[in-house]
Amino acid sequence: MTRSIEIENLSKRYKLGLTHAGSVRDLANKVVGKVLGKSPASPSAVTDPDRTEDGHFWALKDIDFSVNQGEVLGVIGKNGAGKSTLLKLLSRITFPTSGRAVLHGRVASLLEVGTGFHPELTGRENVFLNGTILGMTRKEINKQLDDIVDFAGVAKFIDTPVKRYSSGMTVRLGFAVAAHLDPEILIVDEVLAVGDVEFQKRCLGKMQSVAESGKTVLFVSHNLASIRSLTTRTVVLSQGKLIFDGPTVDGVACYIKENMISQESGSDVTAAPRAFSGLTRKVDFVSMQLSGLDGDGSMEHDSEFQLNVTVKANEACEPFVIGLTVLSQDKTPIGTTFSEPVTPPAIGTQQDYQVAAKFPLASGSFHCAISLAEKPRAGTLVHDSLSDVLPFKVNEPSLSAGWVPGWGAVCLPHLRVIPSITPISKQSSNDAKTG
Amino acid sequence: MPSSSKPITIVEPPSGWFALNLGEVWRYRDLLLLLAWRDISARFRQSVIGYGWAILRPALTAAILTLVFSVIMRVKTDVPYPIFAFAGLMPWLYFSTSLSGVTQSIVGGTSLLTKVYFPRLVLPLAKVGVGLVELILQFFVVIAMMAWYQYVPGWSLLALPLFVIVTIVSSLAFGIWLTALNVKYRDVGMAVPFLIQIWMYLCPIMYPIEMIPEKYRMIYALNPMVGVIEGFRWSLLGTTPPDWTMVGISLVAMLAVLVSGLAYFRKVETSFADII
Repeated sequence: MTRSIEIENLSKRYKLGLTHAGSVRDLANKVVGKVLGKSPASPSAVTDPDRTEDGHFWALKDIDFSVNQGEVLGVIGKNGAGKSTLLKLLSRITFPTSGRAVLHGRVASLLEVGTGFHPELTGRENVFLNGTILGMTRKEINKQLDDIVDFAGVAKFIDTPVKRYSSGMTVRLGFAVAAHLDPEILIVDEVLAVGDVEFQKRCLGKMQSVAESGKTVLFVSHNLASIRSLTTRTVVLSQGKLIFDGPTVDGVACYIKENMISQESGSDVTAAPRAFSGLTRKVDFVSMQLSGLDGDGSMEHDSEFQLNVTVKANEACEPFVIGLTVLSQDKTPIGTTFSEPVTPPAIGTQQDYQVAAKFPLASGSFHCAISLAEKPRAGTLVHDSLSDVLPFKVNEPSLSAGWVPGWGAVCLPHLRVIPSITPISKQSSNDAKTG
Repeated sequence: MPSSSKPITIVEPPSGWFALNLGEVWRYRDLLLLLAWRDISARFRQSVIGYGWAILRPALTAAILTLVFSVIMRVKTDVPYPIFAFAGLMPWLYFSTSLSGVTQSIVGGTSLLTKVYFPRLVLPLAKVGVGLVELILQFFVVIAMMAWYQYVPGWSLLALPLFVIVTIVSSLAFGIWLTALNVKYRDVGMAVPFLIQIWMYLCPIMYPIEMIPEKYRMIYALNPMVGVIEGFRWSLLGTTPPDWTMVGISLVAMLAVLVSGLAYFRKVETSFADII
């Protein structure tokens, strides 16, 4: 396999605060500070001490990975994890502070659709402009102009200034140009999140065919579904560092787990951020723990789900119920269940509650949202609620031949075959219904 | 554009010294031309007169200058005042348009700069083309005026391209410094309109150079646009030729400004995307 992209110890540091030499006031402050023998005020403290030093901020630190030719690599991570910085470095828009990267082949980077569009120029003129900016030659654009216009679906308006286009049309035209680039390495940032559903589908289709055509693609997205369908390998960035590099399935799981509040089961969640406002906090969660899990946080397909929660009472309240919602990886709720009402602990004390249930979940990664509420049906008086907690995996049912992801996350109850009364009959279906 | 079979891109921290790397700018000439064309083509869109403005602007300026300086203040010139003013305005308008265009080029190109890679020098270079189209149109007007006042250009007309080139180079020389500084200090962008206004009074556009007292003449001629404007008039109308030593000196000074500007631009361009 030939290497297409090699990245070694790539780091990028930004200065915090105003990024220029400063105003006259700054200068005056500095001079006054020197005269009075004070050191200049240090820049405001930033939440993450690991990434800052001396008023500098490491947007990326020691990134190390390589991509083979023809590989489609996904890049995921939370906001501020350094994804955009990585793309900007690889596109040579900004320069690294240390380390290096080597890219073999013609690179096209798509950090935005319709870069350089001029509102006064017509669609056709902008196709040439945008194409040239992205690295196409005039000849290539001429050859593909009809395809581009077709793909964007703006044939009627191609000689109208772009400022008269609807925003969707502009974006479609921009993507159409980009889709007809023919580089060896394609760097794509989140551009699929535009246009209507139908156009998004077309874009994904185009991306798929690019991916299959043997080009090296670096694909950054928050859309886990498209990451899963387009890429086989994924790197996960967190706080400017590479925390995972491997198969997409595991990468996505790693990213989801990173988003969980309590990564360590049983840790204190009293101070964890709550997703909802208006919680009474008469009783609140101290910690929670799934029991009966394997070392890697997985459970058997048909085993019982056991949960211990420690609850602290702050004020007197009525008996409450424990509500549990199971969510799939992409945060789609799969189902919710409630316990019977339980009596709260005495004020100021803690008490453990243990609940258990059997969920017919298919294999896959899941997590939970959990809450304490007065009445399950009202759903209005909630004491405490935590989202994105308790990640767990369900293993493949050992006897079946595997579960196809397209089947969904829940194994529905077995289909019961209803014995028919008259085995061979023309009206057997009717009989079956009535029988 | 690079199109050879396997170009290699290396992403590395910027090293201290940068070669001018004009070869790369040359490889991106398609983009340079297209950006210049974009500005030229979009400049007068959705205006009825369109490029008529390129003629109307200096014509109206020349008319008002004629009224004030020739009719009211009775400034004496060797050639009729309207053509005197118009010939002087041609290089000046080009210079001022280019200078402000080049100064704003990097900050104005933020959306491109932060999204795609290209040699950053392409942006200021593309801006000098806009005024050229206007200059060519004005050239036809001055020919018509010469026909009206019955001036036959002599051999000196052949020197005109030289003065055009000097004007282009001087707007680039100052503009490249200013545009690079403007990224970090936006004060530059604020100051340039005033700079241009003041500069205009220091050029022999509204008045003939003879009105400058002899003892200040040498200092006055340090302004590179003095030689250019005098040269324009000389090559079109056959007035007194410019002082060639002064033209030479200002040319050398300008090249120094250009080379230092390019070096400074190269040095700071790596941080443009970070601090813009």
